[in-house]
Amino acid sequence: MKSIDDLLTEQPLFSDLDPEHRRLVAGCGRLRRFEAGAWILKEGAAADMFYSIRKGQVALGIHVPERGDVVIETVGEGGVLGWSWLFPPYKVQFDARAVTAAATIEFDGACLRRKCDADPVLGYALMKRFASVMAARLQATRVQFLDVYGNAR
Amino acid sequence: MAQSGRREPAPAGDICAHRRCTLGYSFRDATLIPHLALPHPGRTAVRMNATSGHHVLPVSRLGDLFSALRSAGWNLAGPRIRDGAIVYDELETAADLPAGWTDEQAPGKYGLKKRGDGALFGYVVGPHSWKKYLFPPTVRMWSATKTADGMEVEVPQPAAPPTAFIGVRACELAAIAVQDKVFLGSGFVDPVYKARRDNIFLVAVNCGQAGGTCFCSSMNTGPKARGGFDIALTEILEDGHRFLLESGSERGERLVALLAAPAASDADRSAADAAVARAVSMMGRTMETSGVKELLQRNYEHPRWDHVAARCLACTNCTMVCPTCFCSTVEDVPNLSLDRSDHVRTWDSCFTSDFSYIHGGSVRPSVKSRYRQWMVHKLSTWHDQFASSGCVGCGRCITWCPTGIDITEEVREIRASDGANT
Amino acid sequence: METRADAGVLAPEFLRVTGRRKELADTWTLELEPRAEFPFRPGQFNMVYVFGFGEVAISISGDPAAPGKLVHTVRAVGKLTTALCASKAGAQLGIRGPFGTSWPVDEAAGGDVVLVAGGLGLAPLRPAVYRILAEREKFGRVTLLYGARSPETVLYRAELRRWARAGIDVRVTVDAADARWRGNVGVVTRLIDQAAVTAGATAAFVCGPEIMMRFAVSSLTQRGIPTDRISVSMERNMKCAVGFCGHCQYGPEFICRDGPVFPFRRIEHLFRIREL
Repeated sequence: MKSIDDLLTEQPLFSDLDPEHRRLVAGCGRLRRFEAGAWILKEGAAADMFYSIRKGQVALGIHVPERGDVVIETVGEGGVLGWSWLFPPYKVQFDARAVTAAATIEFDGACLRRKCDADPVLGYALMKRFASVMAARLQATRVQFLDVYGNAR
Repeated sequence: MAQSGRREPAPAGDICAHRRCTLGYSFRDATLIPHLALPHPGRTAVRMNATSGHHVLPVSRLGDLFSALRSAGWNLAGPRIRDGAIVYDELETAADLPAGWTDEQAPGKYGLKKRGDGALFGYVVGPHSWKKYLFPPTVRMWSATKTADGMEVEVPQPAAPPTAFIGVRACELAAIAVQDKVFLGSGFVDPVYKARRDNIFLVAVNCGQAGGTCFCSSMNTGPKARGGFDIALTEILEDGHRFLLESGSERGERLVALLAAPAASDADRSAADAAVARAVSMMGRTMETSGVKELLQRNYEHPRWDHVAARCLACTNCTMVCPTCFCSTVEDVPNLSLDRSDHVRTWDSCFTSDFSYIHGGSVRPSVKSRYRQWMVHKLSTWHDQFASSGCVGCGRCITWCPTGIDITEEVREIRASDGANT
Repeated sequence: METRADAGVLAPEFLRVTGRRKELADTWTLELEPRAEFPFRPGQFNMVYVFGFGEVAISISGDPAAPGKLVHTVRAVGKLTTALCASKAGAQLGIRGPFGTSWPVDEAAGGDVVLVAGGLGLAPLRPAVYRILAEREKFGRVTLLYGARSPETVLYRAELRRWARAGIDVRVTVDAADARWRGNVGVVTRLIDQAAVTAGATAAFVCGPEIMMRFAVSSLTQRGIPTDRISVSMERNMKCAVGFCGHCQYGPEFICRDGPVFPFRRIEHLFRIREL
């Protein structure tokens, strides 16, 4: 069976990380599977964890009274889920639920924060990667916000 | 009918029947000269090298030219005064020409005044251009009719009354050549334009003066007609009011031969050259055209567009008077019993917000973007599309702009601040 | 004096509607029966005339290998298209066409193909999908990335499943959905990031709202696909479809004649200019 470290080389977010750093990150991770329909993150909960999706599809959403569960975006293979663990108050902001059975690597956020504090080079490398993911998601959300199919084509 | 003063346009396909009722009208009837085929409508002009030399016709005999054309079945259209402007309309005789009148033109200004001589073509171009004959402002393209078995389409035979255009200026010949490329030379042929274009006789007039908004010299289109006409006239006022005649086609040459006009002398020729030279020296405007195609396409974003947008009313005047503007729209006009609908084409203008409307909105909501579309198209992207400028330097868009926007000035300003950022 | 052929460029021929299918709440697919075969290339369009209303440019969305049938998918957005969508079997519509350029499907053979569609932009791409499927072995990996507003506006749903079974990697995403939707949520450009889109001999065909195409092209070029291997289909007001009416001008281009399908490289410099 592949080690977490091996599996991280297959994840876009970590694949080009310095091997030493990757081992440090792998030390905070473990394999975790979710059945279809299972909640992975719940709004308001402590943001202790984040996930790298190896297989399956996860829906990120929020419960809106009168509208029910609204899906904002889905994250699939190779995607990363959760960044509330990076910043105080370390609270989950949105719900995440497995749409299909999902194989993930679950990371202990507190563990990783400690390692980043101890090794700012690792901290910077990780922060850059998360910032890039966040920027891409923000851009995508902005386009979504334009409602381009509203009255065109 | 011939005596009634005004003739109905000949119905297309019925020209000869119409002719018979006007026979006997004219001077030395060409039917008396059987070896000379008359320049009859419907026969396409054949380009020829002007080998016949120039002839001279005294002003008193200009009517003979008109009569010869009418005898050959051509309706005459040319300049006459209406509503305080010189427009193109049906002509009966040479007496209909605006003798002794001239026009004064400036940005946003047009007026007529007496010249103090008897010049027949002593003005430049007015609000009309010949495009109204070749590319009619409103034309039914086809009609759909409900029948017992479904729908039927009826395409009318395009009406093309044989018409001799009298007094076509060099810039206007250039404009016709430009529209030829649009409607005949770009892959598809417009049947309406083609039918009309095939049925005209072109009597050009070389300009003996230029107007305040003229810049044909800059656009290399005038003031002397260099081809594309059947006959070209140069009006000479000094030492005997007369016309120098030059034929530009075989049928033009045959018509000149019919007139039996004497050969022009060196004095006639140099007087005609002097008239054209006077027009060159009077040119009211200039436009620097070198690199203008690239200049405008690299200045799509330029503060000058905001400057012009603040003055432009988007009234569409410039596009209506422009002799090359070819945009059109179509409207379906159903009858009251809803069993027939006419598909009608009318002139359109890129200055309206509807022009670029696609579901949801206009692509060019601002006046700035519409003026830019018009001017960049006219002077720049026209080259990409038709391998020539869309501007012939006639100056109409300057004269008839209610706020006097001057296309030559706009080019100059952009050139002066090439690359400026908005 | 005038030939009918010349007149025919501007006058329609009436064809009978033989079928009408509701695709979405406001979108219908009409089938017409041409008198003779109606050959066309994927990406081309017709001018469709509705009696008393006028003409509108509509892409052909049928199978180019079945020229005995003419298929248009239309969204009812205005009076004319609403009347068009209401045309039941037996009704007659005027047709002029086909006009315009086409998706370079043949040129794409031998390599991978990525089709990116947004909204109703899937309709002009459908003939290209048919063409590819007819000779599926000639192409490498074929990926169809399709974005719609919501699950209710996903066009040709049954066919998308069929295409997936026939060897196309079909991925659909919607901008917004509730929890019942099992598919992707997010903009179509995110599918480009997820799918196995690689540079090399890959051709990309993009069709959708202009803003969506802008982002899609940007994602594709980030994946290393050169702009001359990316084709886009443009849309503008059109009255004549033959370059006479002037309405569809886009800088130096007449979209009716030089387009609607352009290699992106050709119009790249125009894409940035506002209100062109």
